[in-house]
Amino acid sequence: MNPMTPRRLGIAEALREAIGEEMARDARVFCLGEDIAVPGGWGGAFTVTLGLEKQFPDRLINTPIAELGFFGMACGAAMAGMRPIADVQYGDFLLLAADQIINNIAKMRYMSGGQVTLPLVMRAPVGATGRGSQHAQNLERYFTGVPGLKVVAVSNAYDAKGILKAAVRDDNPVMIFEHKLLYGSKGPRSEPGAVDATSDIPEGDYTVPLHQAAVRREGSDVTILAWLLMLHYSLQAAERLAAEGISAEVIDVRSLSPLDLVTIGGSVRKTGRVVIVEEGPKTGGVSAEIAAGLMEHCGDYLQAPVSRVASADVPVPFSPVLENAYRPDVPRIVEAARLLAS
Amino acid sequence: MTPPQMLPTTPGERPAAYRPDLLLALYERMVRIREFEEGVKFLFLEGTMPGTIHQCQGQEATAVGVCAALREDDFITSTFRGHGHALAKGLSVQELLDELFGATTGCCRGKGGSMHVGNMAKGMVPGIAIVGGGIPVAAGMALAFRMQRTARVVACFFGDGAVSEGAFHEGVNMAAIWNLPVIFVCENNLYGASTHVSQVMRDTHIARRVSSSYGIRADRVDGNEVLAVYATAQSAVAQCRAGNGPVFLELLTYRLTGHSRRDPCHYQPKDEREAWAAKDPIRRFEVTLKSQGLSDDASLEAVKTRIRREFEAAAAVARRQPLPTTQDLTTDVFA
Repeated sequence: MNPMTPRRLGIAEALREAIGEEMARDARVFCLGEDIAVPGGWGGAFTVTLGLEKQFPDRLINTPIAELGFFGMACGAAMAGMRPIADVQYGDFLLLAADQIINNIAKMRYMSGGQVTLPLVMRAPVGATGRGSQHAQNLERYFTGVPGLKVVAVSNAYDAKGILKAAVRDDNPVMIFEHKLLYGSKGPRSEPGAVDATSDIPEGDYTVPLHQAAVRREGSDVTILAWLLMLHYSLQAAERLAAEGISAEVIDVRSLSPLDLVTIGGSVRKTGRVVIVEEGPKTGGVSAEIAAGLMEHCGDYLQAPVSRVASADVPVPFSPVLENAYRPDVPRIVEAARLLAS
Repeated sequence: MTPPQMLPTTPGERPAAYRPDLLLALYERMVRIREFEEGVKFLFLEGTMPGTIHQCQGQEATAVGVCAALREDDFITSTFRGHGHALAKGLSVQELLDELFGATTGCCRGKGGSMHVGNMAKGMVPGIAIVGGGIPVAAGMALAFRMQRTARVVACFFGDGAVSEGAFHEGVNMAAIWNLPVIFVCENNLYGASTHVSQVMRDTHIARRVSSSYGIRADRVDGNEVLAVYATAQSAVAQCRAGNGPVFLELLTYRLTGHSRRDPCHYQPKDEREAWAAKDPIRRFEVTLKSQGLSDDASLEAVKTRIRREFEAAAAVARRQPLPTTQDLTTDVFA
C-alpha cells in the first residue's frame, strides 16, 4: 500500500493500533483486563486487544473476573511508575470498581498533597445493544462529577486513536467511554445495528486533545450537542433538518469532564438555540450539567429554553420495541430541533 | 536512629544473636509510636487538634517488626489507623503532627489528615481509609516492581475486618496467581470497629483460611512480640525478593485504646482487656532487654523521657506551622 494513502479503520482497530504503538514507544505502558490476552480468544469483549499479546506477552495482563481488584492494581502500578490501561468488558462493571476509581484513583493525588502521580487510562464500552439492563447503561454521568478524573467519549476512529494516545501520555487518570455500536468489531463480535464510525487514519503519530469539543457540522439556526452514538444520530438528524431548511450545527461534546464550554458556548452564542442529546435517563444526566453550564456561561444569548432529548427514566429494557423507545432516535432529535428553530 | 534494616541479621536467629543497637532501635521505635499516640490523644482531648483519630496503642510491635525488615525503597500501604506504620517506616514525628494539625508543612500538605498520612519518598503510600482498599493497590505496586525488574517489595497493612471485604479476596488471589512480591500483614486485633471477629467469620484462624484458600504461605504470629514479628517478616521479605511471593502474616494483637476518638470500648470484656494489657508489646520487650542486660529501668525511662520531650517540642512547633490558604483548595487535583 502506498504509505501516503490513509487507511480506513474502525474504532476497535484504531484503539488496537494506538495501544500497540504506545506500548512500543513506552515500556511503562501495559494493559490489564478480562479476556484480553487469550490465544485463540477475543481480544477483550470487542476485539480491541486482539493479537497484541503476541507482540507484548509480558504486558497484556489477563485478569480474573475481579474488576475491583484489577482497577486497584492499576492504581498501585500507576503510583509505582507504570502507565496502565485498564478496561472493563462492559461499562456497567465499572460500578464494581467504583471504590478504587472514585476513592483511590481520583483522590490519591489530592489527598497526598500532590506527591502521587497517577497516569492511568480506563476504557469502558457503553450503550443499549439488545442485552437487557445490566450490559447496557451509559455510565458517563457517574464519573463526570468526580474531581480528579478526566472523562472523554470517542465517536470515530480518528479520535479513538488520538485520544487514547493522549490519555496514555497524560499524567492523570483518564476515563474513555466507547460505544458498542461504533466499534466496527468484525466477525463473531460484530454488533447488529452498528453505525459506521470508521475514519481515515493517517500514517504516523498523532494525538487528539482531551479537553476539546469538535464541531462536526456547521450551521446557524440551532446547535445540537451529542457524543458517542447520539452524535451520529444527530448528524443524520441535521441532514433531515437541512432538507426542511433548518441549518443545524452539530458538536461532538467529546470531553465530558471538563466540559469545553468555550467551543460549545461559542456555537450557542451564534445560534441562540440548543438541543442536548444523551443516551441514558434524563434525570441526573450529563446533559443537565451541560445545560446548567450553558446557562452560566452564555445564558443571555439563548433565544429559547434549552431542550434535552434523552432516555426515559427507566432501566434499559430488553425487547427491541422497548429498547428503541428508550434510546433517543433521529425523528425525536429532528422534532426537538424543529420546535426550537420554528 | 540507626535504620534496623542495615544491621547484619538473618531469619531465625535467637534474640540473643541480634546486635544490641538493633534491639534498642526496635524499642525506641515502639516507644516513639506509643508516646506519639498518647501525646496526640492529649492534644485531642485538649481540643487543639481538628478532625478525628484512629490510634494503635498496643499494636506497636506489628508496625515496627514488619517495617524493620524492609528497605527504605520498599513500600508500605496503610489504613485509617496509620500513625504507627508511618513512624515505623521512617516518617518524622514533625511531618505527621503538622499533617494532623492541617498545616501546609504536613506530609500531605494538610490535605490528607490523620487517615491519609504517607510520604512517597519514604516508601509509604498515603493511608487508604476504605477497609480493604489498599490490598489491590499493594498488589499493583508489587506487579509494577516486578515488571520494572527491581527487587523491591510491598508490605500491605490491614486489619481483621478487611478479610471480609471483596477487595481482600481479589487482591490476595491475583497476588497469589502471579507470585507477586507483597507481604500481606493482617493485624488481627479481634475487632472490626466494635464487632468481634467471631461474629463475622466461622473460622477465625485467618492464616489457615488464607493458606488453604489461596495456596500461599500464611503464618500466624504473636504480634505483640516484636522479635517474633521481625524474624517472620524478614523471612517473608526474603521469600518475596526471591520471586516466591506473596506471603500472608496474621499478627495477633490488641488495641489498647478506642477504635476512634470517642470510643470508650465497652464492647471489650474487662478480663480480655486486662489479659492483653499484660501482654503490652513494649513492656514485654523491656523484660527481654533487661534479661539480656542491655537495659535497666533507668535507661529505659531515659529513652521514654527523651522521646516524650521530642514529641513535646514537635507539638509546640506544629501548633505554629502555616495553615493552607484558600488558594490551596484547588491545587493538587491534577498533575
